Amino acid sequence: MAIQTQTYFLNLGPQHPSTHGVFRVILELDGEVVVRAIPVPGYLHRGVEKLAEARTYTQVIPYTDRLDYLANMLMNWGYVEAVEKLMGIEVPERAQYIRVIVGELSRIASHLMAIGSYAGDIGGLTGFLYTFRDRERILDLFEMLTGSRMTVSYFRIGGVADDLPEGFIPLLQKFLADLPGLCDEYDGLITGNEIFQARTKFVGVIPPEKAINYSLSGPNLRGSGVNFDLRKNRPYGIYDRFDFEVPLGKNGDCFDRFVCRMKEMRQSARIIQQALDGLPEGPIQAKVPKVIKPPVGEAYTEIESSKGIFGCYVVSDGSNKPYRVHFRRPSFINLGCLAELCVGWKIADVIAILGSLDIVLGEVDC
Amino acid sequence: MGENIFLNIASWIRGLLDSIGVPLLASDIIMMIVKASAIIVFISLNVIWLVLMERKISAYIQCRIGPNRVGPKGTLQTVADVIKLMTKEFLIPRSADKVIYLLAPLVVFAPPTLAFAVVPWGDGMAAIDMGIGVFYLIAVTSLSTIIFWMGAWGSGNKYSLVGGMRVVAQMVSYELPLVLALLGVIMITGTLNMSEIVEAQKNVWFIFTQPLAFLIYFIAGVSEANRTPFDLVEAESEIIAGPYTEYSGMGYAMFMLTEYASVLVISIMCTIMFLGGWLAPFGWTFLPSWFWFFLKVYVMIFLFMWIRWTYPRIRVDQLMGFGWKVLVPLSLANIFVTGIGMYVYRSIGW
Repeated sequence: MAIQTQTYFLNLGPQHPSTHGVFRVILELDGEVVVRAIPVPGYLHRGVEKLAEARTYTQVIPYTDRLDYLANMLMNWGYVEAVEKLMGIEVPERAQYIRVIVGELSRIASHLMAIGSYAGDIGGLTGFLYTFRDRERILDLFEMLTGSRMTVSYFRIGGVADDLPEGFIPLLQKFLADLPGLCDEYDGLITGNEIFQARTKFVGVIPPEKAINYSLSGPNLRGSGVNFDLRKNRPYGIYDRFDFEVPLGKNGDCFDRFVCRMKEMRQSARIIQQALDGLPEGPIQAKVPKVIKPPVGEAYTEIESSKGIFGCYVVSDGSNKPYRVHFRRPSFINLGCLAELCVGWKIADVIAILGSLDIVLGEVDC
Repeated sequence: MGENIFLNIASWIRGLLDSIGVPLLASDIIMMIVKASAIIVFISLNVIWLVLMERKISAYIQCRIGPNRVGPKGTLQTVADVIKLMTKEFLIPRSADKVIYLLAPLVVFAPPTLAFAVVPWGDGMAAIDMGIGVFYLIAVTSLSTIIFWMGAWGSGNKYSLVGGMRVVAQMVSYELPLVLALLGVIMITGTLNMSEIVEAQKNVWFIFTQPLAFLIYFIAGVSEANRTPFDLVEAESEIIAGPYTEYSGMGYAMFMLTEYASVLVISIMCTIMFLGGWLAPFGWTFLPSWFWFFLKVYVMIFLFMWIRWTYPRIRVDQLMGFGWKVLVPLSLANIFVTGIGMYVYRSIGW
């Protein structure tokens, strides 16, 4: 016998410790069970796309840092890739390799953040600090390279801003050597924990068809068992030269998405190692005119960012400023399924599901 | 060394009162007040120390240093924090039920304080050596459920309300295995007096004869003290701070300090019921009984903290399922086995 009780609304966010920023979900609850969830994004909207229209092509690069600020290098990459395609620029070999190295480092940093904050969402704050401790080493490397930890603006149209500084490669090698051990440590603390598994297994299940219908990408799609990674399926840059695996999940639940990220870090380390081994000498910047004026036309490119497929669409009217820039932000599109996933679960599961989708509000609200 | 230091102080005060001609009844009352205030001061200091200890331990577990600026090695950090909280404004939300909202932080410290009255801190060192000590302690500590619910309801906040509902559900369902686990010990000793229970462990501690009961009591105790993995009441990643969400300043501090006081109560109960109270292990009586008592209590508290900073939090339905489907049947089975064991022992004439 179930007693019918009145439902009530709970406003989760925009100021809430675990919405990963200023995200708001209006929950209609029956006791602790979610009847309806209404996501309300937009609190961090800065109009990056509109701002880009009033900047020259090079000046747009720093704005892309602020999209997914946890995977800043990859955001740079997505944008410059589009402009290079528009202008038909051939990027030199060394720059290509450096791009892969910093891009994959960025992916590891982003996944470390996702894993740590997910542990925090589930209630184990210690995991959060462990991953932060190690993410710091990547940020130190970025600081060495660019002078900045988060807002790197390292990519340039036709190459990268600077060559690898002295002492960068030994530090990176040391980090790569430590990373498998660190991953084992996280596995021991977080992944293997009974309570963590009880909280995440079979929670927020996304079947493969639904994942495709919702246009999910990145670890969220691969967690459902769909083998789709742009680096393998439509290799951009020099990704066709590297040997790595694409980790897949089985059930499409929160746990699988989490484990996918965990495994991807190890694969990224493999790619970096191969890139370091094959790193050629040579220029880091293609011959590009001082004032960048792409021919009239449009270009759309996609890269595999840490959150999924990051697309960039650039329209040129022949002037030195883009006529229109549009970003396909994976976090925003991955968020589409949240309302459906949450129904029937408890408040604690809403946090677990939201955390497992791994959103960054800078990217969601653009 | 100092075995009877506290007893000596007590008898010295009584002697002093007698010598200046205070009537017996008045000196009794004065002794009562002295004991009560000593306990309250002791708990307050202990709780302040526990907050610092938790911050230091969590820091070391999380590869940090922890507070190290205020006082030598950061020892005065909590004092500074409490002073800061005292000087902060005490906000009353517009939608709050004012009387209940203000009353909750005032009375919240009472249940753990009352509990300490019957605790034997050392050999013959209970403020009140009550015949039904265990029963009294359980009865008094279960009062705090109502006070948390008062705070939750009075706040007029939905997060607080959700937290309050969790408090009632969790505390009421974990009280049962908590009490049933203690029954095994009580069956063996046949007494509810804490001093006698400790005396009964002269030969072997009950953790060895009642390991299952100890485990159940420990798990239920973690839940009673609202600590990870059972800290659903104040699950900060879900419902901000549960019943304390709206409290600020000293009101918030009272709730926080109470949490540590209840950790102290649970650890003390573990020590008395299962770890032999003030009894020295291996006959090492060269250290005073109260020293052993506190050593055991602090080992238990360290265990609590270690668990808190290692495990994530379980979900509310898993919590209830675990309580009713695992802990309660197990504790009933423990009572059954203990009963059979006692019957067998008696019939073979031990």
